[in-house]
Amino acid sequence: TTITALRYKDGVILAADSRTTMGAYIANRVTDKLTQLTDNIWCCRSGSAADTQTVADLLKYYLSMYRIQFGHDPSVHTAATLASEMCYQNKNMLSAGLIVAGYDEKTGGDVYSIPLGGSLHKQPLAIGGSGSAFIYGFCDANFRENMTQEEAVEFLKNAVALAMERDGSSGGTIRMVILNKDGMERKFFAIDTANPIPVFTH
Amino acid sequence: MSSIGTGYDLGLFFSPDGRLFQAEYAYKAVENASTCIGIKCEDGVILALEKVVTSKLLKPRVNNRIGSVDRHIGIATTGFIPDGQHIVKRARDEATSWRDNYGSPIPGTVIADRLGNYVQLFTCYSSVRPFGVMSFVATYDSEGPHLYMVEPNGVYWGYNGAAAGKGRQVARNELEKLNFSSLKMKDAVKEAARILYATHDEENNKEHEIEMTWVGVETNGIHTPVPDELLQEAEAYARRIADGEEEDIAMQE
Repeated sequence: TTITALRYKDGVILAADSRTTMGAYIANRVTDKLTQLTDNIWCCRSGSAADTQTVADLLKYYLSMYRIQFGHDPSVHTAATLASEMCYQNKNMLSAGLIVAGYDEKTGGDVYSIPLGGSLHKQPLAIGGSGSAFIYGFCDANFRENMTQEEAVEFLKNAVALAMERDGSSGGTIRMVILNKDGMERKFFAIDTANPIPVFTH
Repeated sequence: MSSIGTGYDLGLFFSPDGRLFQAEYAYKAVENASTCIGIKCEDGVILALEKVVTSKLLKPRVNNRIGSVDRHIGIATTGFIPDGQHIVKRARDEATSWRDNYGSPIPGTVIADRLGNYVQLFTCYSSVRPFGVMSFVATYDSEGPHLYMVEPNGVYWGYNGAAAGKGRQVARNELEKLNFSSLKMKDAVKEAARILYATHDEENNKEHEIEMTWVGVETNGIHTPVPDELLQEAEAYARRIADGEEEDIAMQE
């Protein structure tokens, strides 16, 4: 898996590859690893599919209960804290690496990384999954804060594409979600389409 | 109270005319307790209560009945002191649990709701008795100032001005005269002192001490005791008013 999220000028963008494996077998080549938690908060999932789907479902439920009980939308920080608490308290049973990102009018866009142990890190750019190991250098060299939407989409597309080329557990297509004051927009990149995946190897 | 003496007040169950006597007795316990008031003003909340000094051996200003529950929450209780301490402890547990789960301060409306629900439980079981306290919850959060009063049966309402205890009637009359939407914290401290002095029992000249805390803009959103200097100034003001009123009454005679 390769998952990424970043803060850009107007909000946040999440991106992920689409490969799910069972050992060497590709169980799904068009997986959606970007999961909606609330209207304006999404997460990227990496690790065990069963574990992360369950954690995401529970998060979704708790956050909707929060809205019902307390009469306002939970902040991105609240969603991320809740996610990290669940991952931390159950660390012995879980294999889940999450990135929680969202946009709200009060704080703007925020990205939180929740790696394996359940710790919580607020970051301008977060990368995760097995594929991320191959793109730390690329991200260090090319990431800038306050990018335009076009720059940010291009950066994430290249980052995920590079990881997909080198990581055997990443591949398939690239999915993105853009969150800003105008709401949500999805992007999809695949070979032999109008929105192709960039190729770097020769 | 026709059902008294028929056994319906010996447990937490309804009498034939639909009353919970144990819950009603809890109110009686608070009615004779020391006066406690809360004022919600434009930029914060004031909690104030009056303590009868029962012994000269007691150290002044240390036996507090208003507790801090979180950075932005204060709770004053009047009635059974141990019950009040238990309520404050419970509120602290709720506040820390919220912080653990959501990584943010617990909203005022939520802490009041949680306490109300907790207190209500003690009107449901035969193995426990209801709390003999009124709890004043003062908070200041992103939504602004809040003041709630939780009653012994679990009911809680939001208030601009609230009073409980022996002098509640006098205090409520005085509170009704305040203009809460324009009142500032520093002025509210003076008003709180004045109101507590106005509730003083004339014949009963026991030693009294005023405990006062506040939370709001003036304190950067942190619940803390009103500084000694300001409290003394407010008490001096209250004493002057109290003396002045006495003169007015004398002149009318």
